[in-house]
Amino acid sequence: MRKFEILGSKDTRSGFGAGLLEAGQADENVVALCADLTGSLMMDAFKDAFPTRFIQAGIAEANMMGVAAGLAIGGKVPFTGTFANFSTGRVYDQIRQSIAYSHTNVKIAASHAGLTLGEDGATHQILEDIGLMKMLPGMTVINPCDYNQTKAATIAIAKMHGPVYLRFGRPKWPVFISEDTPFVIGKALMLNEGTDVSIFATGHLVWKAIEAGHILAEKGISAEIINIHTIKPLDVEAVIASAKKTGCVVTAEEHQMNGGLGDSIAQLLALKMPTPLEMVAVNDSFGESGTPDELLVKYHLDSQDVADAAIRAIARKV
Amino acid sequence: MRTVNELQTIATQVRRDILRMVYAVKSGHPGGSLGCADFLTALYFKYMKHNPSKFELTGNQEDVFFLSNGHISPVFYSVLARSGYFPVPEMATFRKLNTRLQGHPTTHEGLPGVRVASGSLGQGISVAAGLALEKKLNNDDSTVWVLTGDGELQEGQIWEAVMFSKHYKIDNMIVTVDFNQKQIDGSTGDVMGITELSSKFLAFGWEVLEMDGNDWNSMDTVIPQAQAKLGQGKPIVIIMKTEMGQGVDFMMGTHAWHGKAPSEEQMNSAMAQLPVTELGDY
Repeated sequence: MRKFEILGSKDTRSGFGAGLLEAGQADENVVALCADLTGSLMMDAFKDAFPTRFIQAGIAEANMMGVAAGLAIGGKVPFTGTFANFSTGRVYDQIRQSIAYSHTNVKIAASHAGLTLGEDGATHQILEDIGLMKMLPGMTVINPCDYNQTKAATIAIAKMHGPVYLRFGRPKWPVFISEDTPFVIGKALMLNEGTDVSIFATGHLVWKAIEAGHILAEKGISAEIINIHTIKPLDVEAVIASAKKTGCVVTAEEHQMNGGLGDSIAQLLALKMPTPLEMVAVNDSFGESGTPDELLVKYHLDSQDVADAAIRAIARKV
Repeated sequence: MRTVNELQTIATQVRRDILRMVYAVKSGHPGGSLGCADFLTALYFKYMKHNPSKFELTGNQEDVFFLSNGHISPVFYSVLARSGYFPVPEMATFRKLNTRLQGHPTTHEGLPGVRVASGSLGQGISVAAGLALEKKLNNDDSTVWVLTGDGELQEGQIWEAVMFSKHYKIDNMIVTVDFNQKQIDGSTGDVMGITELSSKFLAFGWEVLEMDGNDWNSMDTVIPQAQAKLGQGKPIVIIMKTEMGQGVDFMMGTHAWHGKAPSEEQMNSAMAQLPVTELGDY
């Protein structure tokens, strides 16, 4: 098992803020909108650097999505910023019609996704957003795993044309992807080559998968760990190749089983190459208040849960 | 500049187009389309500065129109075709498989003249305000027009957009409300009252004008007044009284023709009331 150096502890939303500033410096067409959560989304640096290109939309997310679509029609590259809950479910029809169907070049930046939002509880802990967004034709869905990857993803999506859902979170989290790792939209990132089981992880759960890899290594199990930062379009070749090599699969994410990364990979493998698969995800439940660490343990999204799932998957190999 | 007579001729042909499109596929929304035929003819053939033969999605340096109440697509398609955005005979494909003239307007099939999908109501003013803001950022002094229904004002997003437009002094946009006081289930007053409409917009800090969208004198008075108010720090709305079904006697004075196609007999009667013009049918 490869040893990952922890480069720091930073929140992924700060990676977004840093990436947005750089994207704004690189392209004067980049503009940003926010629904009264500028500080939470770490958009202050962009706002200070480009005050005329920052649009405070107030607590009116539906209108914000429409305004973003209008800005994009004229040629701007708008980033909308609010919590993941208000970036998706609250404005689904606006996204569907004015952004996805109209293929406007809007980047939906969604913070505080998943259980690790913590104490605010289930009203804000959306666990359905990946599913909602991946169902929309033409929508790219990205869930980066640490500060550096979120920053790189933000810069990368500013350069592509088309609607994107970029999902990140609130808590400080280990930084382990090096600054110079290229971010290629739609390409899985191999983190550790292994032979016994393939672990496909996204977002905060990538670090949990790495910790699980060490637990498994102590038991003599060789885990292949692959970071799926782009859930749609899925890197089909990488998933098939690894599943073929190891013969069993674990998926890990901070999302419902329904509609998440595991659902995408299960569908792919069922259609192309049926393979034993175990999912680490929330099982048809809302979250609740608590610290991020407490919640990950209670809802079975911790390192040990990923390792246990790997052992179950290996046992199912024929 | 076209004369009122010439514009009336175009509007009559637009009304024929609307009914022929809806009749051909036995579906679509003739009532609101007929009501707005005069206004959209006035916009596309007199008041907007636009480039039908060289359509650019961005609409930079030209006036742009958004149809928020996308169900009145027949009138939109007719004025687009008749003003040169796409071939007039293509109207025969309205609502048919593989058409660019989808039931509700969309960019998805690449129809020139359409810049965003609409149909799910309440979204047009937000999009228009976004493009208007984009024009301001680019020092582009052209105008963004948007038409909404009156029943559509029951959507909450409308009022988010109304608040936003005042806050950002979107004074390069003119919203027109098709005030026909009818919606699918009946009169707007019965379904969900949108009372004191002018006062509502005034309270939000907008410039408010009123006109009769089926009266050329009224339009030729009020539209220039609205244009004269551009650039003065306030968004502008025209509350436009229209008659749903205008031009076809049995379609007027009722909400029944919101989304219904005429029978053969009714179609013959309607066509007799709207004699073919020198522009010719598609």
